Amino acid sequence: MADVAARGAVRGAGALTSDGRSSLHKLMQRKSTIAFLMALPLITLIAVLVAYPAGYAVYLAMLNKGMNRFVGLGNFGFLFGRDTFWMVVYQSCLFAITAVIFKAIIGFVVAHFVHNIPSKGQRKWRGMLLVPWVIPPAMSTLAWLWLFDPSYSAFNWILEHIGMDRVAWLGETGWARFSVILVNVWIGSPFFMIMYLAALKSVPEQLYEAASIDGATWWQRIWYVTLPMMRNIIAITALFSLIVTFANFDIVRVLTKGDPLNTTHVFATWAFRVGIESGDIPLGAAVSLFMVPILAVAATFILRDITKRGSEV
Amino acid sequence: MVSRKVSRRRFVAGTAAASTAFVAAPFVRGAYAAGKLSLGLWDHWVPNANGATEALIKEWADKEKVEVTIDFITSQGNKLLLTTAAEAQAKSGHDILAMSTFLPARYSEQLVPVNELVEQLIKDNGKVNGTVEYLGKLDGKWLGVPATVGSQIKGPCSRIDLMKELAGLDIQAMYPAGEPPKADNWTLDTFLKAAEACHKGGKPFGIGLGTTSDSVDTIGAIFHSFGAVLVDAKGEIVLKNDQVRQALDYYKKLMAFLPPDVPSWDDSSNNKWLISGNGALIMNPPSAWAVAKRDAPKVAEQCWTHGFPAGPKGRFGPFLPFFWTTWNFSKNQSAAKSLLAYLSTASAAEKMVVASGGYDLPSFEKLTTFKVWQEEGPPKGTLYHYPNPHNHQILSIAAAPAPHKIAEQIYTQGIQTQMAVRYFKGETMEKTLDWASGEIEGFMRN
Repeated sequence: MADVAARGAVRGAGALTSDGRSSLHKLMQRKSTIAFLMALPLITLIAVLVAYPAGYAVYLAMLNKGMNRFVGLGNFGFLFGRDTFWMVVYQSCLFAITAVIFKAIIGFVVAHFVHNIPSKGQRKWRGMLLVPWVIPPAMSTLAWLWLFDPSYSAFNWILEHIGMDRVAWLGETGWARFSVILVNVWIGSPFFMIMYLAALKSVPEQLYEAASIDGATWWQRIWYVTLPMMRNIIAITALFSLIVTFANFDIVRVLTKGDPLNTTHVFATWAFRVGIESGDIPLGAAVSLFMVPILAVAATFILRDITKRGSEV
Repeated sequence: MVSRKVSRRRFVAGTAAASTAFVAAPFVRGAYAAGKLSLGLWDHWVPNANGATEALIKEWADKEKVEVTIDFITSQGNKLLLTTAAEAQAKSGHDILAMSTFLPARYSEQLVPVNELVEQLIKDNGKVNGTVEYLGKLDGKWLGVPATVGSQIKGPCSRIDLMKELAGLDIQAMYPAGEPPKADNWTLDTFLKAAEACHKGGKPFGIGLGTTSDSVDTIGAIFHSFGAVLVDAKGEIVLKNDQVRQALDYYKKLMAFLPPDVPSWDDSSNNKWLISGNGALIMNPPSAWAVAKRDAPKVAEQCWTHGFPAGPKGRFGPFLPFFWTTWNFSKNQSAAKSLLAYLSTASAAEKMVVASGGYDLPSFEKLTTFKVWQEEGPPKGTLYHYPNPHNHQILSIAAAPAPHKIAEQIYTQGIQTQMAVRYFKGETMEKTLDWASGEIEGFMRN
């Protein structure tokens, strides 16, 4: 409405000036133009740092190994025939889905604990619980590497002192997968916690009171009040985390470098191994682009659900 | 808003001065008349080792009137590798860039051949070993100058006391300082027995089986000792042969005496293994010993670097050379060649080796007997056999003699170590060979 009024005012003023100047003036007066100009720095940044590299990656993925011939989708077809590629797909899905589920559960539980702390001491707890998330992952993963280290492992030192066998944390496939997922959960849970805490705080207290009057148990309050009120936040947080976890590089790179036997590689680390370390940049680009369809499918389902619920409301 | 006005008088004076400078410029010999040169060199592990290279370059730059900029680029986090890849893509960057092992071959089409220079250096300093030639020379063209800085042999570094006490081997007597080796009995069988004894004694050998360089280099040398070739020089996959089977059988026996998490070891794991006092032997250049000198002097005093055990097809040790290369888009190629010649003289090489505490190894035959290797310690003479002064072992690299583009991928993806781990974990020999064959087929595409 205000936009229309502004346009009307501009039209009146425009009659007094020449046509060209008037239309430029009109354009500049539009809210949409101003909004576009204000967003332009960000759009430029995204174009340069996201759109261009993504487009370049697609271009690279369609070249041959020597990068002197266009091969279309040949690299993708080649990957479909590789056992290691399918293992990386499996490991990436296992890593991302397991980590997101655990992060969501732990975040949910911890958010409830923090929510129930009296507001006076709550800020300290929130701050402390966010520490794993705010430390640069490459740094904190180095600390975990020391904890798992074959020579100096603190975990093994404790195990030995309580009479148990040492564990090859990063040397056995099962333990190595457990370790990389554990570190990802440790780093990512605070993000879920803080998002869920914000959602919890926005649930009207009257709903709980009404539920209590109706005789709802603790579990029924969570199931019929808290969870429905948090559904959108849970979905968006899970989607966001799924994207970030799928694209993870640093944890696997620092902890295992994909070992043992490539069983901890995720898309990003294997793309690096193939593209940069082994000198096959087109194939590396093709590996990294495989994340896109998987994440697009996940995003479509989750966002469609959110939109559906939004229109129901 | 502040504005600055230029008066007419000031404008005329300024223009006159600029014109004079412009006209006079070609007649003035500046401090850097021979142009500019930029170098991207490997950032050394050893503290202050870069200093010797820097001083030599400055000496040359002052003499030749060239303005030089040096970037010491770490290989930690693959930064040097990433810089190389970025410069190759951008076709812009340093005039001289240090490249390790297979990289000159990877970028062969973008490098300036340096045949005249290397051939002259070979005349002056003696021939280079076969591995340097395999990695640095393609289709008759030398792709770079074998660099002293960063080049290394990854031979065994043993604990004198533990090998004597647990395995009954006197390593110092086998490899006496200042004398040729007396190590005919130092075979893969002896090595296996020693590994077993040290494992029983609670001080296992620390030999990685991950996919990083140290692990791959060790298994590469042992495969060569059996004559076990995966891909021949023509690019044919020939891995289903008895030698490969023997090598895998050997590794299966050896792995039983290694720490259980070796399949995940990276290049720092073996260093930590030695320095922590947990192990009796690792395969590494003297960097682990150098760190032990600082952090665990009692361990360092017991370290002795020596040659590889011999297998049925000979005694092979892994050699990883660096090369100083020049891009074909470099703007000052003549200055680059002149500097590389200067850095490759015997006296320059010796200064670099001394600054690195004996870590760096020139690739030329006559440059393997510097005093520093005889004198470094404790214990004195610990590095005497490090540069292979008596040619006791054949210097090699894993995956050779396969064509470079295949060999590089076998190397970087740790195909040999993965084969050993798969077989050790119970996979059948044929299944392991099929897996390796399938992986290598994937490396053949162009």
